[in-house]
Amino acid sequence: MTGIDLANAAVLLGNFVIVPALVYGSQLGLAALGVTLVYGILRFSNFAHGDTMAFGAMAAILCTWTLQAAGISIHPLPTALLTLPLAGLLTMLLLICFDRVIYRPLRRTRAAPESMIIASVGIMFILQGIVRLVLGPGERNFADGERFLVRARDVREAFDLAEGLSIRVTQVVTLVVTALLVLALMIFLYRTRTGKAMRAYSDNKELAQLSGINPEIVVMLTWSIVAILATVAGVLYGLDKGYLPFVYFSLLLPTFAAAIVGGLGNPLGALFGGFVVSFSEIALTYAYKRFLAYLLPERLEPGTLMQVLSTEYKFAVSFLILVLVLLIRPTGLFAGKSV
Amino acid sequence: MSGLVAENLTVAYGETVICHGCSLAVDAGEISVIVGPNGAGKSTAMKAIFGLVELIRGRVMLGDRDISRMAAQDRVALGMAFVPQVNNIFPSLTVEENLEMGAYRNPAGFTEALGVTYDMFPALSELRSTLAGNLSGGQRQQVAVGRAMMTRPRFLLLDEPTAGVSPIVMDTLFAMIVEIARTGVAILLCEQNARRALEIANRGYVLVQGRNRYEDTGKRLLANPDVRKSFLGG
Repeated sequence: MTGIDLANAAVLLGNFVIVPALVYGSQLGLAALGVTLVYGILRFSNFAHGDTMAFGAMAAILCTWTLQAAGISIHPLPTALLTLPLAGLLTMLLLICFDRVIYRPLRRTRAAPESMIIASVGIMFILQGIVRLVLGPGERNFADGERFLVRARDVREAFDLAEGLSIRVTQVVTLVVTALLVLALMIFLYRTRTGKAMRAYSDNKELAQLSGINPEIVVMLTWSIVAILATVAGVLYGLDKGYLPFVYFSLLLPTFAAAIVGGLGNPLGALFGGFVVSFSEIALTYAYKRFLAYLLPERLEPGTLMQVLSTEYKFAVSFLILVLVLLIRPTGLFAGKSV
Repeated sequence: MSGLVAENLTVAYGETVICHGCSLAVDAGEISVIVGPNGAGKSTAMKAIFGLVELIRGRVMLGDRDISRMAAQDRVALGMAFVPQVNNIFPSLTVEENLEMGAYRNPAGFTEALGVTYDMFPALSELRSTLAGNLSGGQRQQVAVGRAMMTRPRFLLLDEPTAGVSPIVMDTLFAMIVEIARTGVAILLCEQNARRALEIANRGYVLVQGRNRYEDTGKRLLANPDVRKSFLGG
């Protein structure tokens, strides 16, 4: 094993595990933030969150097409970034409508969390219907702008390596937008009076009322933030991996795993949980054959793919994490509410 | 008339009726004390006065205004404050954030009110950036009363503020209740430590099974042999 082998192994791992896991983890973290906020404030698991992301992405796609038709772009960045405010606003209006028509009457009757969950499943079906009526069930690619920031070939040639590292623009966009959004959310929750009122409400609803905080305003605010988070998460995921309505639904499992790992109701925990799930999922389904070939002496070179789980089983990883956390630490790794 | 009057309060949880038409009142600058055995409906009556549980019958009057149907957060705006017996702090917020929430309706007066509260509870000013959930029982009670005082109430409802605190903190709290009343605030106090509470009470109510059993000045209740025998342990 030489220095070059080591460098090749590191680049290989970076290209296929670390960069993708960071990006996927950011997307999951944003999704889990939305789930955890709904749980913290409204006290139920929102099964419609995956399809809310699909709706937000759909709204962004429609806006992107309009902008593209008008010849507006922000090359080299994807046009979809420009549409985030409007798409977020549309999703916000939709969620507030659902709250008025469905959740609020349930809250008034002090419905059990189970009733709220079932209602959210109903909303999930409605959203699935809307999304499929508008854009159909098929895949849509709406990523435009420059494709690569760093090309694998350039890295190979520049450093004279056998392996290359490619970084796509959408991956960088995901990381930057996630960082900015999370920072803004944290400043809001911990530095502003309204944000503190939201945390207070999440801690103790009755005492928040006794402090003069209006529960309905907190709830509206929560849905608004959740709508923005869901739209951004949906658009980033769609830009990075392509928009396919069904995939957003199947993101529910890793999203809930992330939120529960981080402790339901705990925003920073949800983000961390996103990375726990993404790194576990990708590290366990990656085939280490080539990676080990660089590091091991020739006679020990593996004959198999050296893959812990085949990629079809990636959802099993989320499931496993979920079961382990619920068995060992039901309140999550950080302080959260017991499920 | 500037008092808080609750008449004929009737409250039920499901099928179980807790308050059977009890009546309570307190005037500005006075202390009214509610005593009674466990399960007498003392806490429920206080919650009903604040609109946290629904009234089946009866009404709550603030001066000339009927506030029976008003949302709890709007009663705060009218100058009412309540310290519940349990869950009376925000555990994941710092002490100062807890107090800031008390001033939620009046952010402009926050700094001034904060100074007053820290003067009242000097121990809290050293704990200002501690999470309230990490405090001891006595410290929590001080945060709870402090949060309520931050709303600058004219009517303060206290549900067993001395439950589970040390004798020293208890003395502080009782002294402070008297002090707060002296500034013109009406205080409705529910207390396990009945003898001590009645000593500072202008008016006392003995509640049994959700009904007013005795109602008199604090002194006369303390002197009443029936009350002494049944509720004050002789």
